[in-house]
Amino acid sequence: MSESSFTMIENGQVHEIGATIDASLTRLETAPVLEALGWTQKPEGLCQGDVCIPIAQKPDLITEQGIDLVALGEVLGRPVALDAPESVVSIGAETAAHGAELAGGFAPDFVLPDLTGKEHSLSSFKGKKVLLIAYASW
Amino acid sequence: MWQALYEELGDEGFVPITVALDDSAESARPYVEKAAPTHPSLIDSEHVVAHRYGMINVPTMVWIDEEGKIVRPNSPEYGTDMFIQFNGGRESGPFLDAVRAWVKTGEVRTDEMVPSHMPPPTAYEELARAEWSLAWFLHQRGARDAAARHFDRAGELSPDDWTIRRGSMPIRGQNPMGPEFFELAKDWESRGKLGYAEMAARRSSDGCPRR
Repeated sequence: MSESSFTMIENGQVHEIGATIDASLTRLETAPVLEALGWTQKPEGLCQGDVCIPIAQKPDLITEQGIDLVALGEVLGRPVALDAPESVVSIGAETAAHGAELAGGFAPDFVLPDLTGKEHSLSSFKGKKVLLIAYASW
Repeated sequence: MWQALYEELGDEGFVPITVALDDSAESARPYVEKAAPTHPSLIDSEHVVAHRYGMINVPTMVWIDEEGKIVRPNSPEYGTDMFIQFNGGRESGPFLDAVRAWVKTGEVRTDEMVPSHMPPPTAYEELARAEWSLAWFLHQRGARDAAARHFDRAGELSPDDWTIRRGSMPIRGQNPMGPEFFELAKDWESRGKLGYAEMAARRSSDGCPRR
């Protein structure tokens, strides 16, 4: 078992979090992971406001060594991509929520820079008809 | 073209927003400077828009109304006929006229290339996007070999997504018009040339596969 540090990237944010690597399983410090993802651990399970996901059936999810991110991804319905040699993990969007957003018909908001670095958001064009054009040089 | 359309229709409450799915502002700069847009012309190196809108290739266009609702989902459209020999003969004229009609009357014209709805992402596609983000982060950190592993993995998980498979070629030092491109095109054809309309036909908006 060895102690190290992992970089967790999620929704454009980068977090450095302590890790314990035991054989092939990587565990990250539980508290900073849950805080970064917006969850708190309670007797009922993992909670976000009034919503709790029971984890009693998953005794290996959180141990004294930390939290198993791959198992956490399954519990939260979020994809987890991990590179152990580089100590980086990427946590994607909640799959069901993304599908529900698109099914609802509303255009997902975004904020992106122009060539000068100035940021523009889609939501600032509410009240206009927007033609969104994606292109690339490739 | 989009600048001309903006000048024509901007006073009627219309705005084009162009988003370059390019690895850097520098890759997009020649195109942006040539167009000299006064409408938003944005750079999306992390493919945030590609992910959130389920885009699988470029160019693609989405119509968003005054309330922020998607009234015409992703479809491959062109502002000029420069690529007409390579795009299956999809003409720009009817599309530009459809945009004009939408701005002036609210009518939303569609055709067989326009899907009925935005298909929900599959778990594989979402994992592919997480792999893409990981690869992009590793690439920026200088870990090229590790990045290549995850660009490959993303492409395996979402093989019909050109924003991943072709979009990663220039990042990896490959020629997006070179042998890797022809290999990708052949692979895509062998699996049935998946496009937005086919994706939507296969998946209803609640994510259930259709027969």
